[in-house]
Amino acid sequence: MLELRGITAGYDPRDPVVRDVYLTVADGEAVGLLGPSGCGKSTLARVAALLHRPTAGTVVIDGEPARGWRHRAPREQRTAFGVVFQQPRQSADPRLRLRDLIAEPLRASGRSRAEAAARVGELAAAVGLSEELLARRPHEVSDGQLQRACLARALVPRPRWLICDEMTAMLDASTTAALVAVVEDYRRESGAGLLVVGHDAALLDRWCDRTVRWSTLVPNKEDASPRKAT
Amino acid sequence: MTVLDVRDLSVRFRMRGGREIAAVTEASFRLGPGECLALVGESGCGKSVLASALLGLLPGNARTEGSALLGDLDLLAADERTLARTVRGRRVGLVPQSPAAHLTPVRTVRSQLEETVRELTGVRGRVLRTAAEAAAERAAFPAGHLDRYPHQLSGGLAQRAATALALVGDAPLLLADEPTTGLDRDLVDRTVDELRRHADAGRALLMITHDLAAAQRIADRVAVMYAGRIVEVADATAFFGAPGPRHPYARGLLDALPERAFTPIPGMPPELGDLPEGCAFAARCPRAAAGCRAVPDLADGVACHHPHPAAEEASRA
Ligand SMILES: Nc1ncnc2c1ncn2[C@@H]1O[C@H](COP(=O)(O)OP(=O)(O)OP(=O)(O)O)[C@@H](O)[C@H]1O
Ligand code: SF4
Ligand SMILES: [Mg+2]
Repeated sequence: MLELRGITAGYDPRDPVVRDVYLTVADGEAVGLLGPSGCGKSTLARVAALLHRPTAGTVVIDGEPARGWRHRAPREQRTAFGVVFQQPRQSADPRLRLRDLIAEPLRASGRSRAEAAARVGELAAAVGLSEELLARRPHEVSDGQLQRACLARALVPRPRWLICDEMTAMLDASTTAALVAVVEDYRRESGAGLLVVGHDAALLDRWCDRTVRWSTLVPNKEDASPRKAT
Repeated sequence: MTVLDVRDLSVRFRMRGGREIAAVTEASFRLGPGECLALVGESGCGKSVLASALLGLLPGNARTEGSALLGDLDLLAADERTLARTVRGRRVGLVPQSPAAHLTPVRTVRSQLEETVRELTGVRGRVLRTAAEAAAERAAFPAGHLDRYPHQLSGGLAQRAATALALVGDAPLLLADEPTTGLDRDLVDRTVDELRRHADAGRALLMITHDLAAAQRIADRVAVMYAGRIVEVADATAFFGAPGPRHPYARGLLDALPERAFTPIPGMPPELGDLPEGCAFAARCPRAAAGCRAVPDLADGVACHHPHPAAEEASRA
């Protein structure tokens, strides 16, 4: 189980973006989190993936409270998560060939080269990337192709939890359906749980077991609308 | 009357080792005042390159063919000086695909809006502040965020800032490249309604989008691009309703929607640097037959040897 307990988080401690939020994803469950632009759902998703330190509250992963954030999170907690963001160009190292980009999470894991290559090959096939595309760098591929690589990279360590933040917001309908199918295949095979953050109700309702509306998460609804300037 | 007349527009990128990328091939369409054409298609199919060509913003290794007449000016032949001084922002407004990249990181949204208003409308002095605020308001950019820097904005707010900048010059042709990426449905609706109002005021609007719901909401006509070619141009009502698209690719695209079958088109689009002979969709097409080894021409709104029937044929069958 992945539990967010009383999370308060943001960028300015006097004016947090997320206030006292509770959310639970059960084993193997797919939960959609639907909210308007700027409400803070990306911030919450980053907290859930241990990428952003909350100012209050805890993230509990399979009964264990998170013991650190970002690179200070213990390895086994960090690698429990696979994360895919909206903008593949912002999250992909421009110098790496797609093959190495996908293999990145395996580098520090002490796995043998052959093992890593086999895992990359398997995932590249699943997301539909050819050998020729794997040899290219991010600026030589389309957004859709790069997002396929970013999804493969997220799946490479066999995460127990997947966090997809607007993974398909910049993709066409067919590429969206294709990437969702890859995620669902992985979940079927691995039993991983999923948190999908987005603002496309039709997509979340079709994809997830249940969809949670941001306004029902946040106690004070006024804070859920795009924030007023202070 | 025509605002923009694009004829046989092709764009080729020359790559290292003599390789050539056929990003756009023989695209033709017209846009009249008050009209909105939505250009849809798979990621990487050439939509943004087409827009860049119209603005003279292609990189140095690109070569164009054909013509794109804006009044009597051929945008493809115009020199950089003309484009910079009289075209961009003034005769052609651009709402960019990645707003963050188009906003200057070290300046607040207010300062960028004021500069653009000053440059394009000549407004100066005390009224400048009000004019910039009005410009923000038109794109639903909240006044309280005007003093923020681009990195302090969510994706949605950055998009609205970029839209506000594009609307300042009141250009007769507006190119919107994915203007609603990252916005929630309410904001998508507000943004496209705002763009629609601009069209209704007599401007021509070319909106590039992968958001089919946004396209349906705003467009008079839809152009579908696949592997660099426009493969279908249709009336929006017929396209999204009955009888639906005529080109098999366009059908597949609509069927992939979560509101519909949610099934992807099998496979991936071909590499634009290595296009197959004949119809580029053949490898993924359920209707492909031997005749598809010849490239189909765009005739009667569709480039396909075995299209789905058009409205009249459908009702007769
Ligand atoms: N680095 C930052 N510094 C200051 N404020 C920030 C920063 N990043 C985000 N914000 C603000 O935090 C709020 C929530 O941002 P977040 O990115 O979580 O929104 P979101 O729900 O994902 O929105 P969208 O769907 O538009 O991307 C917004 O008001 C945004 O302007
Ligand atoms: S020309 Fe042939 S292969 Fe191409 S879309 Fe039409 S039926 Fe399919
Ligand atoms: Mg977001």
